[in-house]
Amino acid sequence: MRNRYRYSALLSVVVLTCCAALFLGQHVNAAGEGKITGTVKLDGAAPHMKGIDMSKDPYCSKAHANDTPHLESVLAGANGGLENVVLYISDWSGPATASTAVPVFDQKNCMYTPHVLAMDVGQTFKVTTSDQTTHNIHPLPNPMTGNIPWNQSQPPGAAPVEKSWKAVEVIPVKCNIHPWMNGWYVVVKGPYATTDENGNYTINGVPPGNYTVTAWQETYGTQTAKVTVAAGGAGTADFTFKAK
Amino acid sequence: MRTRLQTWSLLVGATAVLALPMTSWAQLTQADFETRIGMESHVGNITGHAKDAKGDYRRYCVVCHGDNGDGNGESFPWVDPKPRDFQLGIFKCRSTPTGTLPTDEDLFNTIARGMDRSNMPQWSTFTKQERADLVAWVKHFSPRWTNEKPGTPITIPPEPEITPERIKAGRDVFARVQCWKCHGVLGQANGPSASTLQDDLGRPIAAFNFTEGARPKCGDTDRDIYRIFMTGLDGTPMPSFADNIKPDEAWDLVFYLRTLMKQHSKEKEMAKQLGLKPVDPNAPAGQQ
Repeated sequence: MRNRYRYSALLSVVVLTCCAALFLGQHVNAAGEGKITGTVKLDGAAPHMKGIDMSKDPYCSKAHANDTPHLESVLAGANGGLENVVLYISDWSGPATASTAVPVFDQKNCMYTPHVLAMDVGQTFKVTTSDQTTHNIHPLPNPMTGNIPWNQSQPPGAAPVEKSWKAVEVIPVKCNIHPWMNGWYVVVKGPYATTDENGNYTINGVPPGNYTVTAWQETYGTQTAKVTVAAGGAGTADFTFKAK
Repeated sequence: MRTRLQTWSLLVGATAVLALPMTSWAQLTQADFETRIGMESHVGNITGHAKDAKGDYRRYCVVCHGDNGDGNGESFPWVDPKPRDFQLGIFKCRSTPTGTLPTDEDLFNTIARGMDRSNMPQWSTFTKQERADLVAWVKHFSPRWTNEKPGTPITIPPEPEITPERIKAGRDVFARVQCWKCHGVLGQANGPSASTLQDDLGRPIAAFNFTEGARPKCGDTDRDIYRIFMTGLDGTPMPSFADNIKPDEAWDLVFYLRTLMKQHSKEKEMAKQLGLKPVDPNAPAGQQ
């Protein structure tokens, strides 16, 4: 019996120490924020992105008179760099980063710009329209997470819609009027970044510590990597998704 | 002794790790509902109690809406539109803004009104007390009513006098916000986007056809129609226009929509006299 008490006491101490170590590792030595950089690449030939027939809305097809709009679920550059991959610290235990930046999600030429918008929990984002056709902006989160779906119209010249999300979630967003329009809100907690057209990214404002960085791509899912960031330094994490 | 303890701690740890995500993501369990059985509703001076509605629900509602209120009752495969999933707490007919919970009164009215062109009949046979109890029962299926408050109902100004000018102005609103993209220029539900509409669960759904003599699902009074396009029908492609139609314009639009409906109305008569033509979908924005 006594043996059991001793065992549980030991266990508690170990657990507490681990927690403390984790906590200290990420917060106390906040002197000099660092960053995490890297490249996300696609291994193999990029899948064919189907063209979009916008003929049902003459405004949309006219806007693309000189180019062929296509799906954007895998956007790979000439060097294999993957665009629109969201990188975030999945074991972030601090508060949501208090960023005052307001990311913008524009409806332009009947497509979403950007196709993937990353943001922090509680961060305000703005939905704008540059089009002379009516859109409805309709995010579809799972209401059980605490993020509630809504559906608002944006006719030509409509004022921006400002919103935020309560919980971490990858949220698909669509326009019912133009069924080809689909995009993503990737709601994370803590610092994040999205890859550019060459697959490069930089997560700024990372306090020194050990982290797990997750890369999210809408077709290929997620990958993780361990990264150490020194005070004022830069950690590196490169990712490669296999083409399917 | 030690090995036994190790086994136990492993087991407990593993259970905890497994149970953690389950609580938020998995189907709600019977135990979840039990914690919310004390749910109440307040409609006027009537207080509804969830626990008193159990019998009525099991007798009249369960066959479509299911034991757990997930809309997966025995009749699920045979009915279209599909029964509502009460666990999500998302409702078409609300007086509250898009993305918010409806009021108790909204649910109370929906039960009595039923849903035109669906398998949801008018349940006006229930007493008001029974209906209020059922509202509380419907609410007890979703944790959202524990964590959130219903939205603030939109303000509807008193209905102005119907005039030919207002009907004409309503036609301009219809053109400007492009109702015709789904509903069609004559309200026949044959706009360019009508054939590809899907509800939030990816199931095909039809836009409202004004010309068939059907009643709108969320009521057919002028105030109901005002409410429908200003709050939107959550869970469907119908968005909220509250940010883009001013209250006065909204009444104009209600009057214009009446001219598209099959039912005889003062508005229809006036439109006839005006010789009002349907909107031109090819006209540039702002030029009708």
